[in-house]
Amino acid sequence: MTAQVYVTPTLKAEAKELSFFYGGTAQALRSISLALPDRHATALIGPSGCGKTTFLRCLNRMHDLYPGNRYAGSVVLYPDGINIVDQTIDPIEIRMRVGMVFQKPNPFPTTIYENVAYGLRIRGSITRSDLKAVVEQSLKDAALWPEVKDRLHSLAFNLSGGQQQRLCIARALATGPEMLLFDEPTSALDPTATARIEELVTELKQRITIVIVTHNMQQAARVSDYTAFMYEGELVECDRTEKIFTNPSNKLTEEYVTGRFG
Amino acid sequence: MNAEAVLKKTVTWRWSSRLPMQMKEKAIESLLLFAALTSVAITIGIVGVLVYESIGFFRQVSLWDFLTDTQWTPLFSEPHYGILPLISGTLVTTAVALAVAVPMGSLIAIYLSEYASRGVRETIKPALELLSAVPTVVYGYFALLFVTPALQALWPALPGFNMLSAGLVIGIMIVPYVSSVSEDAMRAVPVHLREGAFALGATRMQTALRVVFPSALSGITAAYVLGISRAIGETMVVAIAAGMQPTLTWNPLEPAATMTAYIVQVSLGDLPHGSVGYQTIFATGLTLLLMTLVFNLAGHVLKKRYRQIY
Amino acid sequence: MSLKNDIGKSTDAKLVRRQILRSQLRDRFFAVGGLLVMAVACLVLLALLLQLAYDGIGRVSWQFVSSYPSRFASQAGILSAWIGTILVMILTAATAIPLGIGAAIYLEEYASKNWMTDVIEINIANLAGVPSIVYGLMALGLLVYEFHLGHSFLTAGLTLAMLILPMVIIATREALRAIPPQIREAAYAVGATKWQTVRDHVVPYSMGGILTGMILALSRAVGETAPLITVGALSFIAFLPRSPLTSEFPFISLQWLFDPFTVMPIQMFNWVSRPQDEFHVNAAAAGVILLAMTLAMNGLAIAIRARFRKRIHW
Repeated sequence: MTAQVYVTPTLKAEAKELSFFYGGTAQALRSISLALPDRHATALIGPSGCGKTTFLRCLNRMHDLYPGNRYAGSVVLYPDGINIVDQTIDPIEIRMRVGMVFQKPNPFPTTIYENVAYGLRIRGSITRSDLKAVVEQSLKDAALWPEVKDRLHSLAFNLSGGQQQRLCIARALATGPEMLLFDEPTSALDPTATARIEELVTELKQRITIVIVTHNMQQAARVSDYTAFMYEGELVECDRTEKIFTNPSNKLTEEYVTGRFG
Repeated sequence: MNAEAVLKKTVTWRWSSRLPMQMKEKAIESLLLFAALTSVAITIGIVGVLVYESIGFFRQVSLWDFLTDTQWTPLFSEPHYGILPLISGTLVTTAVALAVAVPMGSLIAIYLSEYASRGVRETIKPALELLSAVPTVVYGYFALLFVTPALQALWPALPGFNMLSAGLVIGIMIVPYVSSVSEDAMRAVPVHLREGAFALGATRMQTALRVVFPSALSGITAAYVLGISRAIGETMVVAIAAGMQPTLTWNPLEPAATMTAYIVQVSLGDLPHGSVGYQTIFATGLTLLLMTLVFNLAGHVLKKRYRQIY
Repeated sequence: MSLKNDIGKSTDAKLVRRQILRSQLRDRFFAVGGLLVMAVACLVLLALLLQLAYDGIGRVSWQFVSSYPSRFASQAGILSAWIGTILVMILTAATAIPLGIGAAIYLEEYASKNWMTDVIEINIANLAGVPSIVYGLMALGLLVYEFHLGHSFLTAGLTLAMLILPMVIIATREALRAIPPQIREAAYAVGATKWQTVRDHVVPYSMGGILTGMILALSRAVGETAPLITVGALSFIAFLPRSPLTSEFPFISLQWLFDPFTVMPIQMFNWVSRPQDEFHVNAAAAGVILLAMTLAMNGLAIAIRARFRKRIHW
């Protein structure tokens, strides 16, 4: 099925007939063509197993970590037009431009400072004062700075779940990514922490392109500008969020959004 | 410099140094592969040396004589090259060791997995670890100067060097090994099998003996088999306490030499490199390796089986 | 009172109660039996330690530690033996640790599931079960004669390194495996390469397990006798190897690597094999010191394990 691609906003990335095969043979994504508008948030919704996380992990080549996986089609990154899933492109390059926040907060078992600083350290030499400045700015952007500014060198594990997730966001922001991927970032958090993260995403999307996978339709409605509905590895419909949730064009989308299944 | 400017700097860095980094990654991977391949090189070395020298040996001594002659006297003017005396020494000490280690190890394993409270387990496990940390030469000392005199108090006719003391001490030495592998196998038995027995009114002993033990049998057998392999390869205890006189005997109250003790005996002396006497230690070593290999493989197969069942 | 069950047989309650008591008694005997067996094991350990201490501690003295072996038991000492042990251990550690950790990293983080990897893994499992004296035989044929390294420190260090290599690899692999994949994914997601992920995260976080495995393997090597006898350790070494430090350029000498060697367990073995009682006392004293070394290393490993387990929790 083809998606309705929006022409109006400038695009940050665009999937063109992207297919994905686990272990080379088990097809999980079928010819997905999806546009990701620049500096907007696109939500991916759909029932369990529809392939939304699989699609997300294509965007930063996470599937390369496990042997046997195969991509087909392309995902074009603008403005330079390179194909993210091209095997000749080094995945490290992609991951330096596209960051990810995971479902369960996974800070490194070191200090808060080191968690945020790591991404910058591996990029080459950087002076201590520069590093401090970037770490501080990232923690501010992640709305975590006031809570940790006095204990930057204590262990990240001592933070609460919501704080750890914000730390992971700061870690991803520190490297100045062009696109930020969120894989169900609040499913392991309590409602207060969830609300804070959603606030954060709403702020961040004005500066960075965001793609967020979520099980929670209300969250998609609150946070995203565009929503894509996936089902069984295919993109069923993608449109402005208000339209998807009030007047979807596709019957399947309507059934999912009104809770008739999923 | 503010954060944005810093990031602009690092962005330009990204593109310029990708290639040397990829080469560095490849070089590191090759280095690590080399490290992994040294283990293969060691095996090739072991098999190569043993086979090479044994071939030299078997050019001078027929395989038939080697396997059937009842005397092992390679250093005499009229040499005999029958390996049976050494094998009998190894088998007898191993049998004595198993007679100790199998019941003790199994009982300890059953107790630890079915009965023991946390306090008991916390005391016993370190004690067992300690038992296995003692160097074998110290066990040899213990066998010669404590166990043998103690046994001689019961049987005054016991010779100063005998296979019984050595076997008993080897048995104690491998108890931690047998009990830990058996205990792992028993703990792998799922709780619901035990609960089924308890629900019928069985006591812990009945459950342990009739449900857990049989279910974990392949793992427990693996423990015994691997214990056999350890006992066969043991050197210092027998070299110190069992004597170095190769005799074809099945009586543990007599002194005898095992395959391992013989190799030590020759190494302590002076044998010209390349002589038949020198080559005998490699032929003996090859026999030893083959025996332990068979048991190790059997134990490995059994271990895999019990892991698969659950 | 009789109980009826569905099959129609009536059971006497008294009989049942007696049966239950009997099996409970048997159960209790069994438990006591288990405790007795464990007590026996502990008693044997205690007897060994006490025997050794009783026989040997009196002999442990500054003179004992600083003298060479001698034909006269009262003058003999372990100087060359304990220095030999330390030097051999340094060589063993320098060889086995980088190779073992490197191999483990390759197998856990880099190797793909093909036949070559399977061969390497089966091979390591087999090597772990080979009797230690076989390593000595291999080193005799290969290192001493084929490579002309002679009966030297270098040979001894390499022999023991080969012996403990499988142990180091297995222990390191387990430690690396304990790191959850989420940590690795987090590192990759910020753009780390495989080596950066391993070097900056996987290995440092599993250091506790790696160190523990390393120290336990080395403590095994300290007590190893058989392979070193085969490789030609002499037990009457009344001299020390040539010093590694020289007074002229380049100030470092590797001559000592090729000098004849002896180690603590061999010295003990030599003394215990003599018929005279005075040498047995020397053997006991050497045993006390050897045991102290081994137990100290084991204790260190356990302490490290406990400390690291407290710091990082998944």
